[in-house]
Amino acid sequence: MKKSVRINVNGETRESEVEPRLLLVHYLRDVLGLTGTHVGCETSLCGACTVMVDGRAVKSCTMFAVQADASDVTTIEGLASDGELHPVQQGFWERHGLQCGYCTPGMILAAAQLLERNPSPTREEIRHGLEGNLCRCTGYQHIVEAVEYASKAVISDK
Amino acid sequence: MARYVGQRVKRTEDPRLIKGLAHYVDDIRLPDTLHVAFVRSIYAHARINGVDTDEALKAPGVVAVFTGKDVSEKIGPVPCAGNLPDLKVPDHRVLATDRVYFVGHPIAAVVATDAYSARDAAELVVVDYEELPAVVDPEEAARDGGPVIHEKFGSNVAYKLTAGEGDIAAAFASSDRVIKQRVTNQRLAPIAMEPRGVLARYFPGERELTLWSSTQIPHLMRTQVALMLAIPENKLRVITPEVGGGFGSKLNVYAEEALLGWISMQTAKPAKWIETRRENIQATIHGRGQVGEIEIGCREDGTLTGLRYNVVADLGAYHQLLTPAIPTLTGLMLSGCYKIPAIQINVTGVFTNKMATDAYRGAGRPEATYVVERALDLVADELNLDPVEVRRRNFPSPEEFPFKTATGLFYDSGNYEGALSKALENAGYEKLREEQKRARDEGRIVGIGVSTYVEICALGPSQAMPAGGWESATVRIEPTGTVTVMTGASPHGQGQETSFAQLAADELGVDLNDVTVVHGDTSIVQYGIGTFGSRATAVGGTAVFVAIERLKEKATKIAAHLLATDAANVAFNEGIFSLKAAKGKSAAAGDGTAAKDSDEVPEPMLPAGQDPAGALPEPAEGRTKVTIQDVALAAHLGRELPPDTEPGLSATYFFEPKNFTFPFGTHICVVEIERETGEIKFRRYVAVDDCGRVINPMLVDGQVQGGIVQSIGQALYEEVVYDEMGQLVTGTLMDYAVPRASMIPWMELDRTETPTDVNPLGVKGVGEAGTIGATPAIVNAVVDALSPFGVRHIDMPVRPEAVWRIINNSDE
Amino acid sequence: MIPAQFDYAAPATLDEALSLLAEHADDAKILAGGHSLIPAMKLRLAQPALLIDIARVRGLSYIREDGGRILVGALTTHYEIESSARLRDICPLLPECAASIGDVQVRNKGTIGGSLAHADPAADWPAAIIALRAELVVASTRGERVITSDDFFVDMLTTALRPDEVLREIRIGVPPARTGQSYMKVHHPASGFAVVGVAVSLTLGVDGKCSAAGVGVTGVASKAYRATQVEGALAGSTLDEKTISNAASHAADSTDANGDIYASADYRRHLAVVYTRRAIAAAVAKI
Repeated sequence: MKKSVRINVNGETRESEVEPRLLLVHYLRDVLGLTGTHVGCETSLCGACTVMVDGRAVKSCTMFAVQADASDVTTIEGLASDGELHPVQQGFWERHGLQCGYCTPGMILAAAQLLERNPSPTREEIRHGLEGNLCRCTGYQHIVEAVEYASKAVISDK
Repeated sequence: MARYVGQRVKRTEDPRLIKGLAHYVDDIRLPDTLHVAFVRSIYAHARINGVDTDEALKAPGVVAVFTGKDVSEKIGPVPCAGNLPDLKVPDHRVLATDRVYFVGHPIAAVVATDAYSARDAAELVVVDYEELPAVVDPEEAARDGGPVIHEKFGSNVAYKLTAGEGDIAAAFASSDRVIKQRVTNQRLAPIAMEPRGVLARYFPGERELTLWSSTQIPHLMRTQVALMLAIPENKLRVITPEVGGGFGSKLNVYAEEALLGWISMQTAKPAKWIETRRENIQATIHGRGQVGEIEIGCREDGTLTGLRYNVVADLGAYHQLLTPAIPTLTGLMLSGCYKIPAIQINVTGVFTNKMATDAYRGAGRPEATYVVERALDLVADELNLDPVEVRRRNFPSPEEFPFKTATGLFYDSGNYEGALSKALENAGYEKLREEQKRARDEGRIVGIGVSTYVEICALGPSQAMPAGGWESATVRIEPTGTVTVMTGASPHGQGQETSFAQLAADELGVDLNDVTVVHGDTSIVQYGIGTFGSRATAVGGTAVFVAIERLKEKATKIAAHLLATDAANVAFNEGIFSLKAAKGKSAAAGDGTAAKDSDEVPEPMLPAGQDPAGALPEPAEGRTKVTIQDVALAAHLGRELPPDTEPGLSATYFFEPKNFTFPFGTHICVVEIERETGEIKFRRYVAVDDCGRVINPMLVDGQVQGGIVQSIGQALYEEVVYDEMGQLVTGTLMDYAVPRASMIPWMELDRTETPTDVNPLGVKGVGEAGTIGATPAIVNAVVDALSPFGVRHIDMPVRPEAVWRIINNSDE
Repeated sequence: MIPAQFDYAAPATLDEALSLLAEHADDAKILAGGHSLIPAMKLRLAQPALLIDIARVRGLSYIREDGGRILVGALTTHYEIESSARLRDICPLLPECAASIGDVQVRNKGTIGGSLAHADPAADWPAAIIALRAELVVASTRGERVITSDDFFVDMLTTALRPDEVLREIRIGVPPARTGQSYMKVHHPASGFAVVGVAVSLTLGVDGKCSAAGVGVTGVASKAYRATQVEGALAGSTLDEKTISNAASHAADSTDANGDIYASADYRRHLAVVYTRRAIAAAVAKI
């Protein structure tokens, strides 16, 4: 009944026996204890559970852990490198892109994906790129500014 | 002294949140935790003939299944703090027994070793329902002859209330015009991104129960849950870890909180329940839910003479904590920011087969502001005046404050014209009107909406509150010099860990990073009221401020002793106590026994928490200056204290405000409507808000922006819809539309700053301003756009179809 | 939030997957990207006993050209289609439609085959597939067959796929020169699905008249449909404004339109007309 999965999470290979129905988000949270990935809805609409699977932002509540077998997964805990915040994380801090923080990990990963594909997005493109993530606190304006900040930081780094 | 206050200081709570290292309830892991899944009613109204739990009990991992029969005698009723004359209060048990009253009404709790097994077993519980006719429409509920929900009351009317001052009949009789309009404030779901959740742990030996709960009110919850479970309040500890948004929905005590505690006590194991989003929309409180008729009287010149609001409030099946009280806040705010000599509200609160309504961001005030601001536009339309002009003519001038309303309030301070003028200027109002005229000539449909609002904040004086209106703070300087601020408020995203630290750092002259703000743990923090009603900074921040003042008084005494002088001779600036008199001379002004005359440069300030040897540093002797850290150390060592001085350096203050505060502002919205489809597009959004003195402008902007977007939700998108059978049509986020980033305009924000004398900080509160000011601005803009089609009002949420029908059915 | 239990198989080849499906046709479901199936399973609206995950079957994800046809593997994600520079050149309707689906995360994981096989009446792909007169290649242990887009969608959440069949490939004729295409959609404010979605592909002949017209409409009725009267009115015309407007006015003729709290049946029909006209005009502008 259980299946074994081997998933590289934040650079570390993890092996587990899981029920096929175990959602990836529950695998990350309950099996690996990576609780930075949140659950905000049941219908793949809020984006709080967004993680990167093989470099693509996906909703980890709409994926079984078995589907991620042999994949590379990056969660919010793995986004900073060598203690250095990712530019999007920095932008969220600088521009007050979060209040309660619950949507933030998913929002940050979606924004990171956006900037990977489009390093200098317009405000409209940022809003469009974050359509898969709900925030109930900020009204999104500071989030847009946070992504703009990150975009400038990434560009000036290059 | 203000190095931090007034600055855009980055939040100290952010690093843990942006790294995914913060702990919300579901992130707390205890060994052997049991998981609870609920069986909830699929009917709005039904008799329960039986609940068969046999199969569920046999399912793998299941530890227990509890039904209403098991717990009703053991756990007290879910509390309601609303105290109104002749209020009908149904007996609200944590699990249904013989009847269910709304879709989502909990019937059984399935306890299992993991969440998956609990859910599986919950599917195996068989409930024998006998469906009964549902009461869905609140106006029908108010009428006699239909089905009655709580039979012992004989009707669905929970209360009737009339309030207001002035002779409204005479006012209308003497008016040139009296305008009436039916208005609704639809039901909304708060949708905090983190659903509710509870983790309970009982230690049978210690007889101690700990509840981790996603709540805005840890202390009030402790009191209420202790009463429900009949355990000593001092044996219950409530901890609110990170809370993922509340908006009023977590300003409550729910069935699940007591039940989880009880389950942990029964099983002697930790028990956890995390709400799903479907449960959240079914069984976490809703907001608004008012339908009524507004009547407003005026003279030909636009002067207002009287206002009456007859309203039916859709309370739902039970009272939650503040359910019946919310419409009374609507009544209080019906004067808006206008001089209206006679005001009356007639509320009929009715039971319906739905989830309870209660405080949702604004809690009664958005409803009031909406009806008043819509009414002002009706007056403008009726008299063919500019809506701005009608508002101006009825403002009290800044000199008229404190301004008494016919609803019995005293508005503390205000300059309504100031905020209005600034907003008009920022928006370029005259030019907007010209552009609108041109657009109309081109056949485009453009509307400009204005709302000038006032709200009631900083709730509030205890006289006006069901369970205390004060707030508490303890400020302590630790032996190593770091500062701990404990606030009875329980912030959950508003950023008081930062803004209170800004206050403390400035007042004590320490580094911001040396201040830690602690909240949300009833075993650590002195009793507090909580975070709601835009009160945390105005009331809780003031408590912090006064506690610091008291702490400084004591510190000054100790410093004087260390400096061998009188407290009167000691000045405190930027963290350093020094002698006020000319340098070098006055150190010996005292009796000379404690300090030696010295011109030596004082010892360098020891950085907080840094002592390479690990031992506590000795205070330096013979000084003209001592740092607050030196004083803290001396206070803890206790060897060098003035007579009659307690050791330690800590102060606690409970601040009781003498009044509410009344922030205000002007919001201006420009929309354009697509003629063919009725689709509404934002063109501009301009707001000027006045929340008194500002501690952190960045946080204030964030509150306003978030509030405006929740308003956009109410104005255009959101509605909890039950069908005629009482089934929840908008039961998931597939149907309940929370605004997304792509759906909203850029918000052009500005401020005026009119301080209040209600508290020494001069702050008023801002948490709900956006949600109160914006909704009518948006709807007024839509109505303005549609006015050429003969429209004076449109109901929320304004869906494109309704707009299209107006355009389509008109012959403009 | 928590799906019911199921068995799981992740075959490496299509043949293996087809055998499994043939064996368990009654209670098995094919899992591709999972973005239609998993949400239904989480709400326990779907409770298959066996999930056959075809994501590990090699060679089901591709965008190829072959003798005047575009071949899209069923496992190709919305994002892969959205970001295909080649498709943008030769059949821009596909990337345009892909880009309007859900959100970034959904497009990263959801597949065209999964979406088509699920046949949600408000999904976007069916409109495009109908407008493009695509052929759907379905496979089973009995062999392969081709179903036309007109025959594929049977009813709400029901396709012409038999229980033992898997959608393997979508085939589209490379649109000839002087073709213009467009997809236009009213997003449902909550779900992001199409309240109305209209896909249009128009080709202009050498005589300056419309030589081929494809118009697919989704969101309006219990299944996506071909707006045959619209196509008929466009074919042979010069695609002038008046013709377009007249043609579009038939977008919802003889349609049993859905109604919900957001849009009544009347309003949906009206939107279908307006968006058909706009989509046609946008397609014409791109010729």
